Amino acid sequence: MSTADNPIAVLVELRDGAVARPTLEALTLARSLGTPVAVWLGTEPDADAVAQLGEFGAAEVRVAAIGAEARYPAKAGAAIAAATEDASLLLVVSTFLNKEIVTRLAVTTGAGVVVDAAGVEFVDGEVEAFQTVFAATWNVRTRIAGKAIVGVRPNTTTASAAEAPGAASIVPISVQLPATRETVTAVEPVAQIEGVPLAEAPVVVSGGRGTGGDYALVTELAELLGGAVGASRDATDEGWISHEHMVGQTGTTVTPALYVACGISGAVHHRGGMQASGTIVAINMDPDAPIFEICDFGVVGSLFDVLPQAIEAVKAHRGA
Amino acid sequence: MRILVTVKFTPDLQSQRSFTDGTVTRTADDGSMNELDENAVEAALQLVEAAGEGEVYALTVGGADAVAAVRKALQLGANHAIHVNDDAVAGSDVFGTAAVLAAAIRKVHDENPLDLVITGMAALDGLTSMLPTALAAELDWSQLTLASSLEVGDGNATIVRHLPDAHETVTAPLPAVVSVTDELNKPRYPNFKLIMAARKAEVMQWSLADLGVDAASVGAGASRTTVVDASPRPPRAHQQIVTDTGNGGNALAAFLIEKGLA
Repeated sequence: MSTADNPIAVLVELRDGAVARPTLEALTLARSLGTPVAVWLGTEPDADAVAQLGEFGAAEVRVAAIGAEARYPAKAGAAIAAATEDASLLLVVSTFLNKEIVTRLAVTTGAGVVVDAAGVEFVDGEVEAFQTVFAATWNVRTRIAGKAIVGVRPNTTTASAAEAPGAASIVPISVQLPATRETVTAVEPVAQIEGVPLAEAPVVVSGGRGTGGDYALVTELAELLGGAVGASRDATDEGWISHEHMVGQTGTTVTPALYVACGISGAVHHRGGMQASGTIVAINMDPDAPIFEICDFGVVGSLFDVLPQAIEAVKAHRGA
Repeated sequence: MRILVTVKFTPDLQSQRSFTDGTVTRTADDGSMNELDENAVEAALQLVEAAGEGEVYALTVGGADAVAAVRKALQLGANHAIHVNDDAVAGSDVFGTAAVLAAAIRKVHDENPLDLVITGMAALDGLTSMLPTALAAELDWSQLTLASSLEVGDGNATIVRHLPDAHETVTAPLPAVVSVTDELNKPRYPNFKLIMAARKAEVMQWSLADLGVDAASVGAGASRTTVVDASPRPPRAHQQIVTDTGNGGNALAAFLIEKGLA
Protein backbone atom coordinates (compact mmCIF):
# COMPACT_ATOMS: atom_id res chain seq x y z
CA MET A 1 0.00 0.00 0.00
CA SER A 2 2.63 2.46 0.99
CA THR A 3 6.24 3.32 0.68
CA ALA A 4 5.95 5.71 3.62
CA ASP A 5 8.51 5.16 6.36
CA ASN A 6 6.84 4.75 9.79
CA PRO A 7 3.42 5.86 8.56
CA ILE A 8 1.30 7.75 11.09
CA ALA A 9 -2.32 7.68 9.96
CA VAL A 10 -4.52 10.75 10.49
CA LEU A 11 -8.29 10.53 9.98
CA VAL A 12 -9.41 13.63 8.10
CA GLU A 13 -12.23 15.60 9.73
CA LEU A 14 -14.38 17.54 7.30
CA ARG A 15 -16.49 20.61 7.81
CA ASP A 16 -18.75 21.72 4.97
CA GLY A 17 -16.63 19.61 2.63
CA ALA A 18 -13.34 21.28 3.62
CA VAL A 19 -10.57 19.98 5.89
CA ALA A 20 -11.23 21.09 9.49
CA ARG A 21 -8.47 22.83 11.41
CA PRO A 22 -8.03 20.08 14.07
CA THR A 23 -6.98 17.75 11.24
CA LEU A 24 -4.16 20.17 10.35
CA GLU A 25 -3.16 20.16 14.03
CA ALA A 26 -3.14 16.35 14.02
CA LEU A 27 -1.01 16.28 10.84
CA THR A 28 1.44 18.68 12.51
CA LEU A 29 1.61 16.34 15.51
CA ALA A 30 2.00 13.32 13.22
CA ARG A 31 5.00 14.93 11.47
CA SER A 32 6.85 14.90 14.78
CA LEU A 33 6.28 11.14 15.04
CA GLY A 34 6.77 9.76 11.52
CA THR A 35 5.38 10.18 8.02
CA PRO A 36 1.78 11.40 8.06
CA VAL A 37 -0.71 9.64 5.80
CA ALA A 38 -4.20 11.09 5.64
CA VAL A 39 -7.25 8.81 5.68
CA TRP A 40 -10.26 10.24 3.87
CA LEU A 41 -13.77 8.77 4.19
CA GLY A 42 -16.87 9.79 2.26
CA THR A 43 -16.95 11.37 -1.18
CA GLU A 44 -13.80 11.90 -3.28
CA PRO A 45 -11.63 14.81 -2.09
CA ASP A 46 -11.20 17.86 -4.32
CA ALA A 47 -7.79 19.09 -5.49
CA ASP A 48 -7.66 21.93 -2.95
CA ALA A 49 -8.14 19.55 -0.05
CA VAL A 50 -5.44 17.18 -1.31
CA ALA A 51 -3.04 20.10 -1.82
CA GLN A 52 -3.71 21.38 1.70
CA LEU A 53 -3.14 17.95 3.24
CA GLY A 54 0.17 17.75 1.35
CA GLU A 55 1.12 21.20 2.57
CA PHE A 56 0.75 20.00 6.17
CA GLY A 57 2.92 16.97 5.54
CA ALA A 58 0.65 14.18 4.34
CA ALA A 59 2.63 11.93 1.97
CA GLU A 60 -0.53 10.16 0.86
CA VAL A 61 -4.27 10.66 0.98
CA ARG A 62 -5.86 7.25 1.30
CA VAL A 63 -9.40 7.56 0.03
CA ALA A 64 -12.18 5.15 0.99
CA ALA A 65 -15.02 6.54 -1.13
CA ILE A 66 -17.83 5.07 0.93
CA GLY A 67 -20.09 8.15 0.74
CA ALA A 68 -22.77 8.46 3.40
CA GLU A 69 -21.92 4.97 4.72
CA ALA A 70 -19.25 6.83 6.72
CA ARG A 71 -22.08 7.81 9.11
CA TYR A 72 -22.12 4.22 10.44
CA PRO A 73 -19.39 3.73 13.08
CA ALA A 74 -18.88 0.04 12.18
CA LYS A 75 -18.53 0.81 8.45
CA ALA A 76 -16.26 3.78 9.00
CA GLY A 77 -14.18 1.60 11.33
CA ALA A 78 -13.87 -1.11 8.66
CA ALA A 79 -12.79 1.45 6.05
CA ILE A 80 -10.13 2.87 8.37
CA ALA A 81 -8.89 -0.64 9.17
CA ALA A 82 -8.40 -1.29 5.43
CA ALA A 83 -6.55 2.01 5.03
CA THR A 84 -4.22 1.71 8.04
CA GLU A 85 -2.91 -1.86 8.03
CA ASP A 86 0.70 -0.62 7.91
CA ALA A 87 0.35 2.15 10.50
CA SER A 88 1.33 1.59 14.14
CA LEU A 89 -0.51 4.73 15.21
CA LEU A 90 -3.77 6.36 14.11
CA LEU A 91 -4.65 9.89 15.20
CA VAL A 92 -8.25 11.11 15.11
CA VAL A 93 -9.89 14.27 16.42
CA SER A 94 -11.58 13.43 19.72
CA THR A 95 -15.30 13.78 18.91
CA PHE A 96 -18.24 11.67 20.10
CA LEU A 97 -18.65 10.12 16.63
CA ASN A 98 -14.93 9.37 16.26
CA LYS A 99 -14.91 7.69 19.68
CA GLU A 100 -17.58 5.31 18.38
CA ILE A 101 -15.72 4.74 15.12
CA VAL A 102 -12.39 3.96 16.79
CA THR A 103 -14.08 1.66 19.31
CA ARG A 104 -15.48 -0.40 16.40
CA LEU A 105 -12.06 -0.28 14.74
CA ALA A 106 -10.27 -1.40 17.90
CA VAL A 107 -12.69 -4.27 18.47
CA THR A 108 -11.72 -5.67 15.06
CA THR A 109 -7.97 -4.88 15.11
CA GLY A 110 -7.16 -5.30 18.81
CA ALA A 111 -5.68 -1.80 18.99
CA GLY A 112 -5.43 0.07 22.29
CA VAL A 113 -7.21 3.41 22.52
CA VAL A 114 -6.74 6.66 24.42
CA VAL A 115 -9.17 9.49 23.70
CA ASP A 116 -9.29 13.16 24.74
CA ALA A 117 -5.49 13.30 24.62
CA ALA A 118 -3.48 16.50 24.72
CA GLY A 119 -0.47 14.93 23.01
CA VAL A 120 1.34 11.74 22.06
CA GLU A 121 4.92 10.59 21.63
CA PHE A 122 6.95 7.42 21.15
CA VAL A 123 8.88 6.24 24.21
CA ASP A 124 11.17 3.24 23.65
CA GLY A 125 9.21 2.43 20.51
CA GLU A 126 5.86 2.43 22.28
CA VAL A 127 3.10 5.00 22.04
CA GLU A 128 2.44 7.14 25.10
CA ALA A 129 -0.48 9.57 25.19
CA PHE A 130 -1.04 12.30 27.76
CA GLN A 131 -4.30 13.66 29.03
CA THR A 132 -5.70 15.88 31.71
CA VAL A 133 -8.49 14.18 33.64
CA PHE A 134 -10.92 14.82 36.51
CA ALA A 135 -11.92 18.26 35.22
CA ALA A 136 -8.27 18.92 34.33
CA THR A 137 -6.98 18.54 37.89
CA TRP A 138 -4.65 15.63 37.07
CA ASN A 139 -2.12 14.90 34.32
CA VAL A 140 -2.04 11.31 33.16
CA ARG A 141 0.34 9.50 30.83
CA THR A 142 -0.84 6.22 29.31
CA ARG A 143 1.19 3.63 27.39
CA ILE A 144 -0.51 1.73 24.61
CA ALA A 145 0.80 -1.75 23.85
CA GLY A 146 1.00 -2.62 20.16
CA LYS A 147 -1.22 -0.96 17.60
CA ALA A 148 -2.44 2.37 18.92
CA ILE A 149 -5.29 4.80 18.36
CA VAL A 150 -5.20 8.24 19.96
CA GLY A 151 -8.06 10.76 19.94
CA VAL A 152 -6.57 14.25 20.13
CA ARG A 153 -8.40 17.29 21.45
CA PRO A 154 -8.52 20.41 19.27
CA ASN A 155 -6.17 23.27 20.18
CA THR A 156 -3.58 21.02 21.82
CA THR A 157 -1.07 21.37 18.93
CA THR A 158 -0.45 24.54 16.94
CA ALA A 159 -1.02 23.72 13.27
CA SER A 160 1.88 24.63 10.98
CA ALA A 161 2.66 23.79 7.38
CA ALA A 162 5.56 21.40 6.71
CA GLU A 163 8.96 23.01 6.08
CA ALA A 164 9.38 20.96 2.93
CA PRO A 165 5.79 20.35 1.82
CA GLY A 166 5.27 17.76 -0.85
CA ALA A 167 2.41 16.79 -3.07
CA ALA A 168 0.28 14.11 -1.46
CA SER A 169 -0.47 11.18 -3.71
CA ILE A 170 -3.97 9.78 -3.78
CA VAL A 171 -4.26 6.11 -2.89
CA PRO A 172 -7.71 4.56 -3.45
CA ILE A 173 -8.69 2.07 -0.75
CA SER A 174 -11.14 -0.70 -1.54
CA VAL A 175 -13.11 -1.98 1.39
CA GLN A 176 -15.76 -4.60 2.02
CA LEU A 177 -18.23 -2.82 4.31
CA PRO A 178 -19.84 -4.92 7.05
CA ALA A 179 -23.64 -5.13 7.23
CA THR A 180 -25.15 -3.26 10.15
CA ARG A 181 -28.42 -3.76 11.97
CA GLU A 182 -28.98 -0.03 12.22
CA THR A 183 -30.47 2.15 9.49
CA VAL A 184 -30.04 5.92 9.42
CA THR A 185 -33.51 6.98 8.24
CA ALA A 186 -33.11 10.76 8.37
CA VAL A 187 -30.25 13.25 8.50
CA GLU A 188 -31.26 16.79 9.33
CA PRO A 189 -28.31 19.18 8.94
CA VAL A 190 -27.71 21.50 11.88
CA ALA A 191 -27.30 25.20 11.13
CA GLN A 192 -23.67 25.82 12.04
CA ILE A 193 -22.79 28.51 14.54
CA GLU A 194 -21.43 31.53 12.65
CA GLY A 195 -17.68 31.86 12.70
CA VAL A 196 -15.17 29.52 14.28
CA PRO A 197 -16.58 26.30 15.82
CA LEU A 198 -16.71 26.31 19.62
CA ALA A 199 -14.50 23.25 20.14
CA GLU A 200 -11.71 24.74 17.99
CA ALA A 201 -11.91 28.41 18.88
CA PRO A 202 -8.70 29.98 20.22
CA VAL A 203 -10.84 32.25 22.41
CA VAL A 204 -14.18 31.38 24.03
CA VAL A 205 -16.37 33.97 25.78
CA SER A 206 -19.20 32.30 27.70
CA GLY A 207 -22.27 33.66 29.40
CA GLY A 208 -24.31 32.04 32.14
CA ARG A 209 -27.15 32.86 34.51
CA GLY A 210 -25.68 36.31 35.15
CA THR A 211 -26.47 37.41 31.60
CA GLY A 212 -30.19 37.13 32.29
CA GLY A 213 -30.44 35.93 28.71
CA ASP A 214 -28.78 38.98 27.16
CA TYR A 215 -25.83 37.81 25.09
CA ALA A 216 -25.10 41.12 23.32
CA LEU A 217 -22.00 42.00 25.39
CA VAL A 218 -20.71 38.41 25.49
CA THR A 219 -21.04 38.22 21.70
CA GLU A 220 -19.40 41.61 21.22
CA LEU A 221 -16.35 40.62 23.27
CA ALA A 222 -16.13 37.25 21.49
CA GLU A 223 -16.16 38.96 18.09
CA LEU A 224 -13.61 41.53 19.22
CA LEU A 225 -11.21 38.78 20.36
CA GLY A 226 -11.88 36.53 17.35
CA GLY A 227 -13.53 33.89 19.46
CA ALA A 228 -16.69 31.84 19.82
CA VAL A 229 -19.65 32.27 22.18
CA GLY A 230 -20.19 29.63 24.85
CA ALA A 231 -22.80 29.14 27.53
CA SER A 232 -23.42 27.32 30.78
CA ARG A 233 -25.99 24.57 31.17
CA ASP A 234 -28.21 27.00 33.13
CA ALA A 235 -28.38 29.28 30.12
CA THR A 236 -29.15 26.54 27.58
CA ASP A 237 -31.75 25.01 29.93
CA GLU A 238 -33.43 28.42 30.14
CA GLY A 239 -33.56 28.43 26.34
CA TRP A 240 -31.54 31.66 26.19
CA ILE A 241 -29.11 30.14 23.70
CA SER A 242 -29.00 26.85 21.77
CA HIS A 243 -27.54 23.63 23.14
CA GLU A 244 -24.73 23.77 20.55
CA HIS A 245 -23.16 26.58 22.65
CA MET A 246 -23.06 24.60 25.90
CA VAL A 247 -19.61 24.22 27.43
CA GLY A 248 -19.38 21.37 29.90
CA GLN A 249 -18.78 17.70 30.41
CA THR A 250 -21.88 16.69 28.44
CA GLY A 251 -21.74 19.57 25.98
CA THR A 252 -18.60 20.76 24.25
CA THR A 253 -15.23 20.46 25.92
CA VAL A 254 -13.04 23.44 25.06
CA THR A 255 -9.35 24.15 25.53
CA PRO A 256 -8.84 27.64 24.08
CA ALA A 257 -5.85 29.87 24.80
CA LEU A 258 -8.28 32.25 26.55
CA TYR A 259 -11.58 31.44 28.28
CA VAL A 260 -13.74 34.27 29.60
CA ALA A 261 -16.58 33.18 31.93
CA CYS A 262 -19.22 35.91 32.32
CA GLY A 263 -21.88 35.46 34.98
CA ILE A 264 -21.06 31.76 35.33
CA SER A 265 -20.72 30.40 38.86
CA GLY A 266 -18.57 27.47 37.76
CA ALA A 267 -20.53 24.33 38.62
CA VAL A 268 -18.42 21.20 38.45
CA HIS A 269 -19.96 20.09 35.14
CA HIS A 270 -19.04 23.40 33.56
CA ARG A 271 -15.49 23.41 34.95
CA GLY A 272 -14.95 19.92 33.55
CA GLY A 273 -15.53 21.31 30.07
CA MET A 274 -13.15 24.28 30.23
CA GLN A 275 -10.67 23.88 33.07
CA ALA A 276 -7.80 22.88 30.77
CA SER A 277 -7.97 26.25 28.96
CA GLY A 278 -4.76 28.28 28.75
CA THR A 279 -5.79 31.46 30.57
CA ILE A 280 -9.09 31.70 32.43
CA VAL A 281 -10.82 34.98 33.18
CA ALA A 282 -13.99 35.20 35.30
CA ILE A 283 -16.49 37.97 35.94
CA ASN A 284 -19.11 37.32 38.60
CA MET A 285 -21.14 39.25 41.16
CA ASP A 286 -20.60 36.57 43.81
CA PRO A 287 -17.09 36.64 45.32
CA ASP A 288 -17.61 33.07 46.55
CA ALA A 289 -18.41 31.67 43.08
CA PRO A 290 -16.33 28.50 42.49
CA ILE A 291 -15.18 29.83 39.12
CA PHE A 292 -12.84 32.21 41.00
CA GLU A 293 -10.96 29.21 42.43
CA ILE A 294 -9.70 28.21 38.98
CA CYS A 295 -9.28 31.54 37.19
CA ASP A 296 -6.07 33.45 36.46
CA PHE A 297 -7.80 36.81 36.58
CA GLY A 298 -11.15 37.51 38.21
CA VAL A 299 -13.37 40.56 38.52
CA VAL A 300 -16.00 40.60 41.26
CA GLY A 301 -18.69 42.76 39.70
CA SER A 302 -21.49 43.00 37.18
CA LEU A 303 -20.69 41.91 33.65
CA PHE A 304 -22.94 44.75 32.46
CA ASP A 305 -20.45 47.22 33.99
CA VAL A 306 -17.20 45.34 33.39
CA LEU A 307 -17.62 44.15 29.80
CA PRO A 308 -18.45 47.51 28.13
CA GLN A 309 -15.46 49.13 29.84
CA ALA A 310 -13.14 46.26 28.92
CA ILE A 311 -14.36 46.29 25.30
CA GLU A 312 -13.73 50.05 25.01
CA ALA A 313 -10.28 49.72 26.62
CA VAL A 314 -9.24 46.94 24.22
CA LYS A 315 -10.50 48.97 21.24
CA ALA A 316 -8.64 52.05 22.51
CA HIS A 317 -5.44 50.01 22.91
CA ARG A 318 -5.72 48.67 19.36
CA GLY A 319 -6.44 52.12 18.00
CA ALA A 320 -3.46 53.58 19.81
CA MET B 1 -40.62 -5.02 28.11
CA ARG B 2 -37.46 -6.36 29.74
CA ILE B 3 -34.64 -3.89 30.10
CA LEU B 4 -31.20 -4.09 31.67
CA VAL B 5 -29.41 -0.90 32.68
CA THR B 6 -25.65 -0.87 33.18
CA VAL B 7 -24.58 1.47 35.97
CA LYS B 8 -21.18 2.51 37.22
CA PHE B 9 -19.88 3.43 40.65
CA THR B 10 -18.02 6.72 40.40
CA PRO B 11 -16.43 9.06 42.90
CA ASP B 12 -18.53 12.03 44.00
CA LEU B 13 -17.82 14.86 41.54
CA GLN B 14 -17.40 17.34 44.36
CA SER B 15 -14.83 15.21 46.18
CA GLN B 16 -11.10 15.23 45.62
CA ARG B 17 -10.48 12.54 43.03
CA SER B 18 -7.20 10.75 42.65
CA PHE B 19 -5.26 7.81 41.35
CA THR B 20 -3.80 4.83 43.19
CA ASP B 21 -1.41 2.56 41.33
CA GLY B 22 -2.61 3.79 37.97
CA THR B 23 -6.33 3.34 38.51
CA VAL B 24 -9.00 5.72 39.76
CA THR B 25 -9.42 5.61 43.51
CA ARG B 26 -13.02 4.72 44.30
CA THR B 27 -14.30 4.59 47.85
CA ALA B 28 -17.84 4.10 49.15
CA ASP B 29 -17.91 7.09 51.46
CA ASP B 30 -17.71 9.61 48.66
CA GLY B 31 -19.19 7.81 45.67
CA SER B 32 -22.43 6.64 44.19
CA MET B 33 -23.97 5.79 40.84
CA ASN B 34 -22.57 7.79 37.93
CA GLU B 35 -24.91 10.75 37.59
CA LEU B 36 -25.46 10.25 33.85
CA ASP B 37 -26.64 6.67 34.53
CA GLU B 38 -29.71 8.17 36.25
CA ASN B 39 -30.96 9.13 32.78
CA ALA B 40 -30.55 5.50 31.68
CA VAL B 41 -32.50 4.17 34.68
CA GLU B 42 -35.20 6.79 34.09
CA ALA B 43 -35.51 5.81 30.41
CA ALA B 44 -35.92 2.14 31.36
CA LEU B 45 -38.53 2.88 34.05
CA GLN B 46 -40.54 5.08 31.69
CA LEU B 47 -40.57 2.44 28.94
CA VAL B 48 -41.73 -0.28 31.34
CA GLU B 49 -44.37 2.04 32.82
CA ALA B 50 -45.64 2.94 29.34
CA ALA B 51 -45.76 -0.73 28.32
CA GLY B 52 -47.69 -1.57 31.48
CA GLU B 53 -45.54 -4.65 32.02
CA GLY B 54 -41.94 -5.63 32.30
CA GLU B 55 -38.89 -5.54 34.53
CA VAL B 56 -35.76 -3.46 34.94
CA TYR B 57 -32.41 -5.02 35.88
CA ALA B 58 -29.51 -2.93 37.12
CA LEU B 59 -26.04 -4.35 36.49
CA THR B 60 -22.68 -3.14 37.70
CA VAL B 61 -19.15 -4.51 37.71
CA GLY B 62 -16.55 -3.50 40.27
CA GLY B 63 -15.22 -4.04 43.77
CA ALA B 64 -17.29 -4.27 46.98
CA ASP B 65 -18.07 -0.53 46.95
CA ALA B 66 -19.71 -0.74 43.53
CA VAL B 67 -22.82 -2.26 45.08
CA ALA B 68 -23.80 1.35 45.97
CA ALA B 69 -24.47 1.95 42.26
CA VAL B 70 -27.05 -0.83 41.89
CA ARG B 71 -28.62 0.04 45.26
CA LYS B 72 -29.18 3.55 43.91
CA ALA B 73 -30.88 2.03 40.85
CA LEU B 74 -33.14 -0.02 43.16
CA GLN B 75 -34.04 3.15 45.06
CA LEU B 76 -35.11 4.72 41.78
CA GLY B 77 -37.33 1.73 40.96
CA ALA B 78 -35.28 -1.00 39.32
CA ASN B 79 -36.64 -4.49 40.10
CA HIS B 80 -33.45 -6.55 40.22
CA ALA B 81 -29.79 -5.82 40.95
CA ILE B 82 -26.69 -7.70 39.81
CA HIS B 83 -23.17 -7.02 40.99
CA VAL B 84 -20.28 -8.71 39.22
CA ASN B 85 -17.65 -8.65 41.92
CA ASP B 86 -14.37 -10.36 41.17
CA ASP B 87 -10.86 -9.17 42.04
CA ALA B 88 -9.66 -10.30 38.61
CA VAL B 89 -11.70 -7.55 36.93
CA ALA B 90 -9.65 -4.75 38.52
CA GLY B 91 -7.67 -2.69 36.03
CA SER B 92 -9.69 -3.76 32.98
CA ASP B 93 -9.77 -1.40 30.01
CA VAL B 94 -13.03 -0.59 28.21
CA PHE B 95 -12.83 -3.77 26.14
CA GLY B 96 -12.35 -6.00 29.21
CA THR B 97 -15.19 -4.24 31.02
CA ALA B 98 -17.45 -4.67 27.97
CA ALA B 99 -16.61 -8.40 27.83
CA VAL B 100 -17.58 -8.90 31.48
CA LEU B 101 -20.78 -6.85 31.17
CA ALA B 102 -21.70 -8.72 27.97
CA ALA B 103 -21.23 -12.09 29.69
CA ALA B 104 -23.53 -11.04 32.53
CA ILE B 105 -26.10 -9.64 30.06
CA ARG B 106 -26.06 -12.92 28.10
CA LYS B 107 -26.67 -14.86 31.31
CA VAL B 108 -29.82 -12.79 31.98
CA HIS B 109 -30.86 -12.82 28.31
CA ASP B 110 -30.48 -16.60 27.93
CA GLU B 111 -32.83 -17.25 30.86
CA ASN B 112 -35.46 -14.80 29.68
CA PRO B 113 -34.77 -12.57 26.65
CA LEU B 114 -34.13 -8.86 27.11
CA ASP B 115 -35.43 -6.19 24.73
CA LEU B 116 -32.92 -3.48 25.54
CA VAL B 117 -29.72 -2.66 27.35
CA ILE B 118 -29.62 1.03 28.28
CA THR B 119 -26.49 2.90 29.40
CA GLY B 120 -25.61 6.50 30.24
CA MET B 121 -23.77 8.56 27.62
CA ALA B 122 -20.52 8.62 29.58
CA ALA B 123 -19.12 8.08 33.05
CA LEU B 124 -18.28 11.35 34.70
CA ASP B 125 -15.00 9.94 36.04
CA GLY B 126 -13.67 8.59 32.77
CA LEU B 127 -15.82 10.17 30.09
CA THR B 128 -14.46 8.14 27.21
CA SER B 129 -17.99 7.30 26.00
CA MET B 130 -16.58 4.17 24.36
CA LEU B 131 -18.33 1.54 26.48
CA PRO B 132 -21.78 1.53 24.78
CA THR B 133 -20.19 0.92 21.37
CA ALA B 134 -17.84 -1.74 22.73
CA LEU B 135 -20.78 -3.45 24.45
CA ALA B 136 -22.93 -3.47 21.29
CA ALA B 137 -20.01 -4.93 19.34
CA GLU B 138 -19.29 -7.56 22.01
CA LEU B 139 -22.97 -8.64 22.19
CA ASP B 140 -23.41 -8.27 18.42
CA TRP B 141 -26.68 -6.39 19.09
CA SER B 142 -27.99 -3.22 17.45
CA GLN B 143 -26.14 -0.05 18.46
CA LEU B 144 -28.23 3.08 19.10
CA THR B 145 -25.99 5.56 20.85
CA LEU B 146 -26.30 9.12 22.18
CA ALA B 147 -30.10 9.07 22.12
CA SER B 148 -31.79 12.40 22.75
CA SER B 149 -35.12 10.73 22.06
CA LEU B 150 -36.07 7.07 22.18
CA GLU B 151 -39.13 5.18 20.95
CA VAL B 152 -39.70 1.44 21.11
CA GLY B 153 -42.36 -0.50 19.23
CA ASP B 154 -43.01 -3.31 16.74
CA GLY B 155 -39.73 -4.99 17.59
CA ASN B 156 -37.66 -1.91 16.75
CA ALA B 157 -36.11 0.99 18.62
CA THR B 158 -35.72 4.41 17.04
CA ILE B 159 -33.57 7.23 18.36
CA VAL B 160 -32.62 10.76 17.40
CA ARG B 161 -29.01 11.66 18.05
CA HIS B 162 -27.58 15.16 17.98
CA LEU B 163 -24.19 15.23 16.28
CA PRO B 164 -22.41 18.54 15.66
CA ASP B 165 -23.22 18.54 11.92
CA ALA B 166 -26.63 16.87 11.88
CA HIS B 167 -29.49 15.36 13.83
CA GLU B 168 -29.70 11.71 12.81
CA THR B 169 -32.73 9.44 13.15
CA VAL B 170 -31.55 5.85 13.51
CA THR B 171 -33.70 2.74 13.75
CA ALA B 172 -32.75 -0.87 14.47
CA PRO B 173 -34.32 -4.16 15.48
CA LEU B 174 -34.34 -5.32 19.12
CA PRO B 175 -32.43 -6.37 21.10
CA ALA B 176 -30.42 -3.17 21.09
CA VAL B 177 -27.84 -1.35 23.18
CA VAL B 178 -29.01 2.23 23.66
CA SER B 179 -26.96 4.98 25.28
CA VAL B 180 -28.95 8.02 26.39
CA THR B 181 -27.92 11.64 26.86
CA ASP B 182 -28.95 13.91 29.70
CA GLU B 183 -31.25 15.68 27.22
CA LEU B 184 -33.55 12.63 27.04
CA ASN B 185 -35.34 12.97 30.36
CA LYS B 186 -35.27 14.37 33.88
CA PRO B 187 -34.45 11.61 36.36
CA ARG B 188 -36.87 11.12 39.24
CA TYR B 189 -35.93 11.29 42.90
CA PRO B 190 -35.99 8.10 44.97
CA ASN B 191 -39.08 7.85 47.16
CA PHE B 192 -39.01 6.82 50.81
CA LYS B 193 -40.73 3.48 50.28
CA LEU B 194 -38.26 2.42 47.60
CA ILE B 195 -35.30 3.61 49.68
CA MET B 196 -36.41 1.39 52.55
CA ALA B 197 -37.06 -1.53 50.21
CA ALA B 198 -33.70 -1.12 48.44
CA ARG B 199 -31.87 -1.57 51.75
CA LYS B 200 -33.28 -5.06 52.14
CA ALA B 201 -33.40 -6.04 48.47
CA GLU B 202 -31.18 -8.90 47.45
CA VAL B 203 -28.31 -8.05 45.13
CA MET B 204 -27.19 -11.01 43.02
CA GLN B 205 -23.42 -11.44 43.39
CA TRP B 206 -21.71 -13.04 40.41
CA SER B 207 -18.08 -13.97 39.88
CA LEU B 208 -16.23 -14.39 36.59
CA ALA B 209 -16.51 -18.16 37.06
CA ASP B 210 -20.32 -17.80 37.27
CA LEU B 211 -20.18 -16.05 33.90
CA GLY B 212 -17.73 -18.43 32.26
CA VAL B 213 -15.23 -15.61 31.69
CA ASP B 214 -11.55 -16.52 31.77
CA ALA B 215 -9.94 -14.30 34.42
CA ALA B 216 -6.80 -13.96 32.28
CA SER B 217 -8.82 -12.38 29.44
CA VAL B 218 -9.75 -9.33 31.54
CA GLY B 219 -8.20 -7.17 34.24
CA ALA B 220 -4.98 -5.18 34.24
CA GLY B 221 -2.98 -7.99 32.60
CA ALA B 222 -5.20 -8.01 29.52
CA SER B 223 -5.59 -4.24 29.27
CA ARG B 224 -4.26 -2.70 26.05
CA THR B 225 -3.43 0.51 27.90
CA THR B 226 -1.43 1.14 31.07
CA VAL B 227 -1.24 4.34 33.08
CA VAL B 228 2.49 4.95 33.50
CA ASP B 229 2.28 8.27 35.32
CA ALA B 230 -0.41 10.29 37.09
CA SER B 231 0.19 13.50 38.96
CA PRO B 232 -1.98 16.35 40.22
CA ARG B 233 -1.74 19.51 38.16
CA PRO B 234 -0.32 22.47 40.05
CA PRO B 235 -2.89 25.14 40.95
CA ARG B 236 -2.86 28.27 38.81
CA ALA B 237 -0.06 30.55 39.94
CA HIS B 238 -0.22 34.31 40.49
CA GLN B 239 -3.98 34.45 40.60
CA GLN B 240 -5.40 37.98 40.65
CA ILE B 241 -8.92 38.82 41.80
CA VAL B 242 -10.09 42.42 41.75
CA THR B 243 -13.38 43.89 42.94
CA ASP B 244 -15.02 46.26 40.49
CA THR B 245 -15.28 49.71 42.01
CA GLY B 246 -15.64 51.43 38.65
CA ASN B 247 -12.40 50.28 37.05
CA GLY B 248 -12.84 46.50 36.77
CA GLY B 249 -13.23 46.53 33.00
CA ASN B 250 -10.04 48.53 32.54
CA ALA B 251 -8.17 46.16 34.84
CA LEU B 252 -9.44 43.21 32.80
CA ALA B 253 -8.40 44.83 29.52
CA ALA B 254 -4.96 45.62 30.93
CA PHE B 255 -4.54 41.96 31.96
CA LEU B 256 -5.49 40.71 28.48
CA ILE B 257 -3.18 43.22 26.77
CA GLU B 258 -0.27 42.36 29.09
CA LYS B 259 -0.75 38.65 28.31
CA GLY B 260 -0.89 39.34 24.57
CA LEU B 261 -4.44 37.99 24.43
CA ALA B 262 -6.13 41.15 23.17
